[in-house]
Amino acid sequence: MRHIISVLLENESGALSRVVGLFSARGYNIETLTVAPTEDPSLSRMTVVTTGSDEVIEQINKQLNKLIEVVKVVDLSDGEHIERELMLVKVRAIGKGREEMKRMTDIFRGRIIDVTDKDYTIELTGTGAKLDAFLNAIDRAAILETVRTGASGIGRGDRALKI
Amino acid sequence: MELNGAEIVVRCLQEEGVDYVFGYPGGAVLYLYDELFKQDKVKHILVRHEQGAVHAADGYSRSTEKIGVALVTSGPGVTNAVTGIATAYMDSIPMVIITGQVPTHAIGLDAFQECDTVGITRPCVKHNFLVKNVKDLALTIKKAFYIARTGRPGPVVVDIPKDVTIAKTEFEYPRTVSMRSYNPIVKGHAGQIKKAIQLLLRAKRPMIYTGGGVVLGNAAVELVQLVRWLGFPCTNTLMGLGAYPASDGQFVGMLGMHGTYEANMAMQHCDVLLAVGARFDDRVIGNPQHFSKEPRTIIHIDIDPSSISKRVKVDVPIVGNVREVMQDMSKQLRASKDKPDHGALKAWWKQIDVWRGRNCLKYERTSKVIKPQSVVEKLHELTRGDAFVTSDVGQHQMWAAQFYKFSKPRRWINSGGLGTMGFGLPAAMGVQFAHPKATVACITGEGSIQMCIQELSTCKQYHLPIKIVNLNNRYLGMVRQWQQIDYSSRYSGSYMDALPDFVKLAEAYGHVGMRIEKTADVEPALKEALKLKDRLVFMDFITDQTENVWPMVKAGKGLSEMLLGSEDL
Repeated sequence: MRHIISVLLENESGALSRVVGLFSARGYNIETLTVAPTEDPSLSRMTVVTTGSDEVIEQINKQLNKLIEVVKVVDLSDGEHIERELMLVKVRAIGKGREEMKRMTDIFRGRIIDVTDKDYTIELTGTGAKLDAFLNAIDRAAILETVRTGASGIGRGDRALKI
Repeated sequence: MELNGAEIVVRCLQEEGVDYVFGYPGGAVLYLYDELFKQDKVKHILVRHEQGAVHAADGYSRSTEKIGVALVTSGPGVTNAVTGIATAYMDSIPMVIITGQVPTHAIGLDAFQECDTVGITRPCVKHNFLVKNVKDLALTIKKAFYIARTGRPGPVVVDIPKDVTIAKTEFEYPRTVSMRSYNPIVKGHAGQIKKAIQLLLRAKRPMIYTGGGVVLGNAAVELVQLVRWLGFPCTNTLMGLGAYPASDGQFVGMLGMHGTYEANMAMQHCDVLLAVGARFDDRVIGNPQHFSKEPRTIIHIDIDPSSISKRVKVDVPIVGNVREVMQDMSKQLRASKDKPDHGALKAWWKQIDVWRGRNCLKYERTSKVIKPQSVVEKLHELTRGDAFVTSDVGQHQMWAAQFYKFSKPRRWINSGGLGTMGFGLPAAMGVQFAHPKATVACITGEGSIQMCIQELSTCKQYHLPIKIVNLNNRYLGMVRQWQQIDYSSRYSGSYMDALPDFVKLAEAYGHVGMRIEKTADVEPALKEALKLKDRLVFMDFITDQTENVWPMVKAGKGLSEMLLGSEDL
């Protein structure tokens, strides 16, 4: 099962490598991982998307909690939550395809953030599935480059991950 | 008062009450060594190899309740120490390892004797620190000691660049430390404890299985109280030996791969299992699928939540300090109106006695060739079970565990988790420093002893009267045993040709050496060695070359699929 886990950790050098090291040492999967400081600069927040059986996810949770620099761990998949990922796509936009690319971007509520006479760079946010859907919807051959951030997640309603 | 980094480190060690630092100097730690030289509160013990330093600090810690401290230089000093650190980590031993580092401005430039200490040690420490600013030094060392000893203990590395040891700052040792990200749970959940008690009182075929956590948690007294009141059978893991006295009728021996038949059968067939400070290791319960086939309810007390339901699903988890939890349990049991089901227990003990009747630790006692088991038994007898015994890894380790009937905790010192050959002798040094008057025996083999044999020189320098019991069968015995059983006796790489003359070797290091070749000479030799109270004696026992450790649960097999001897092959 796919899980999205949020981790609050001390914003110290080496904390990230402890988490990554833990996943590789114990053979856990990482599908995506994002990390950045929070509004409190002494804390970082990480979102890890992983897959595994219930037993493996339980161990991931416990092992993360065991790391000295980890302050809090929440499995967002345990409740209602929102997930977003940002993607930048550079596409060939010439001839008839140029208008089509603009239309698809609008349909997916993306934005064109850089333009040349041959290319568009498109910014798109959404769930991973939506980003996949966009890439499938446009002409594959037109894609020059993509970059994705991996998922960030937050609980719905008043569920908040705070210390 | 303004102090430099090196002075701060030494002051911190003094504040923490550290008596001994086991170490080896080098360029990056010269300022630290200079400060150690100027005082005599913290005594430095010079080993011959950094692995020995860490094992010695480890043995010191295991045989006391204190934190072991080691000091090594950067680069190769650290990489040599890694085996020792990993050994301590696998067995949850509280230690602080101070490592020198190249100056901060040289870090990352492939400087002489530079290595990424924090990176290399990360997977085998409880936590590690690189101190880049002298202002953080005192608090970091305070945190290191706090983290090492609290929760599930473990080794903590503090990496200090050379320029930090000479930089100055105001020094004040922090009295307390609190970390928002680290708050180990101590008290067990009252509701879970209540549930556990109901299950224990209703059990028909109960079993108590305890591990190293009871020793590390100083909970042997509480365990004995609980087990005696309940009247249940009790087994200890390799790491847990001594927590429950082996001479007691309720003790069914060690369990696991080379555990007793009765302990393993009782584990497999019990209906309620109380696990305390143990982790259902692969060498303990064998194949987890096979173990889980029998229906039983499992209660698991452990300080580390990640040890619970890791290999075997647990029904009643209790996270907390094993000592406090067992105290709570005993109190509630005594207050309870219900009593254990004595009728059912009687039948259960009858069954256990049938298993005991198989006499699984039997061996040929009339042999003229020395049986290794008999040496351990004799050592037990002559030391009245009161020695500190360290061991290396292999057959001799299992025989020591099976035949030296430990009756007190912290007397049995071995590398259970990592299984580090070379551990025994340096660990014995640490034990002897902690207990200068006590008999310290190192039960080893001719393979293991050669992995850290250079420490014989350290023993000479500090007059450590360790008694080395070398069970010399001219084979890497455990490897040979597996090759005999599973690889059609193809003894690939397990025969050691050209062994040194250990008697001469011991003498060359300034010690007493003895070679013992006949069963009849075992007792006189041990007696003589034990009489030499101020000398290290290296006893080289030439033992039966083909003796195997029985009983045995082969890797991947279930606990009830034991081989009791060569007749089962």
